[in-house]
Amino acid sequence: MDDLTLGPFDGRNTFNRATNRHAILRPRFSGAITNLMQNPAIRLKAKGLKFQSVGPIELEVAAGRCLAVSGPSGAGKSLTLRMLADLVPHEGDCFVDGVASSSMTGPAWRRVVRYVSSEPGWWAATAGEHFADAKAQAEGMKRLFLDASLLEAAPERLSTGERQRMAFLRAIEDRPKVLLLDEPTSALDPDSVKAVEEIVRELMGGGCAVVLTSHDPEQVERLADHVMTLARPL
Amino acid sequence: MNGLVFGPWELAFAALLVLVNAALSVAFSLGIHRSILIAALRMVAQLLLVGFVLGFIFTSADHWLSLLVLFAMLMAATFEVGSRQRKKLIGFWHYGLSGIAVSGGTMLVAAFALMTVAGSEDWTTPRIVIPIFGIILGSAMSASSIALNNIFEGVSSQRAAIEAQLALGHTRAQAMAPLMQRAIYAGTLPVLNQMAGAGLITLPGIMSGQILAGANPLIAAQSQIFLMLLLCAASTASVVTAVWLAAKSLSDERERLRLDRFRVKKG
Repeated sequence: MDDLTLGPFDGRNTFNRATNRHAILRPRFSGAITNLMQNPAIRLKAKGLKFQSVGPIELEVAAGRCLAVSGPSGAGKSLTLRMLADLVPHEGDCFVDGVASSSMTGPAWRRVVRYVSSEPGWWAATAGEHFADAKAQAEGMKRLFLDASLLEAAPERLSTGERQRMAFLRAIEDRPKVLLLDEPTSALDPDSVKAVEEIVRELMGGGCAVVLTSHDPEQVERLADHVMTLARPL
Repeated sequence: MNGLVFGPWELAFAALLVLVNAALSVAFSLGIHRSILIAALRMVAQLLLVGFVLGFIFTSADHWLSLLVLFAMLMAATFEVGSRQRKKLIGFWHYGLSGIAVSGGTMLVAAFALMTVAGSEDWTTPRIVIPIFGIILGSAMSASSIALNNIFEGVSSQRAAIEAQLALGHTRAQAMAPLMQRAIYAGTLPVLNQMAGAGLITLPGIMSGQILAGANPLIAAQSQIFLMLLLCAASTASVVTAVWLAAKSLSDERERLRLDRFRVKKG
């Protein structure tokens, strides 16, 4: 299986040969269903993604697989995820199940390819108003050790960790086909980390493709099927 | 007419009051004396110059000359609105946006106003065109500079909230609507206050001016009402245009938030 390809090298490139080794396919456990699927279809594909000194980036992630993007701070990990979600202007194009981002509106693309920021923003008065259906969150909240009363609280009254878990639930509410997780558990205790990872794995079991950035090498080890390393731009 | 005339003595006395203000600012280190004095000097020079120029234009009665004056007024208002902003858009578009907002509302309402008075007098007379245009323009100018300031500050401080909504697949219209409503409200607030307080708290400028100049108060009230309604219409039109253009400029056709379109302040 070769569901990860790397872009050309051009000196100012974000990949270099030394780090390229990390991009070699490293199969890992990622849920029962993906193991059954021998040749899962390519879900997310990026061609020539480039913004200023970051890129060009070529990548493919199959349905039910997780690609980790690693590299030092400032290498453009978040920027890569934001390009994939089409939240920043960029060169190149992305495809979900073969359909190009450029062939649909920005919002339509982002309903399918969901970026989850490490610093989630809030716009309404209570946390619950940020969900399409706050009542349906009971189970997810319980699994992430969140008290149901938090839905009535103002977002700024929640702790950083509570906000991070709420933002995660908010992002997966409509089961997007692709999840772009930017440091999804940076503010969480080990139990919550485990709970979030479990949900991510279930979503992958349902065919969701995941692109992950994480400062925790063990989390990458646990979740990722492949690792792509970005070098600091020159 | 038997109205009041303010001669050199009266003006000197008023200037003394401003100097006292400036002295107070120095004494209590409020740091506003410089701005007060500069603004006052500028105002004096501007108004004397305008009085002189208008006198010349009114006697010449040349329509092209008044058109030129109107254009100069529009340019000045555009520059004021643009330069008042602490955040500026990159390139010429910052002033382009200010200009469209200010002139759109003003010209529409001024044209309507001038058509209305056309029956009674020749509305193309500079004596009629220039003051009416000026009052409307002034109101549109302050309203749209407040609104622009509000939307620019709002969008840049609410970046995370807007991006969170965009990331969830909301449209830019959905994501920016509350900020746009707030900016439109802020921009129209002065004219709303002006209408609410008219006559009760303040005697508005035109009415005071006409009464001081010896006019019948009821006649003065009627012309004030006419103008106030025009100001309200022009302010609202300019504010809505300004906010809409600003929101459009800070996002793109892919409905991304584009704070990179703010000029980066140097130093």
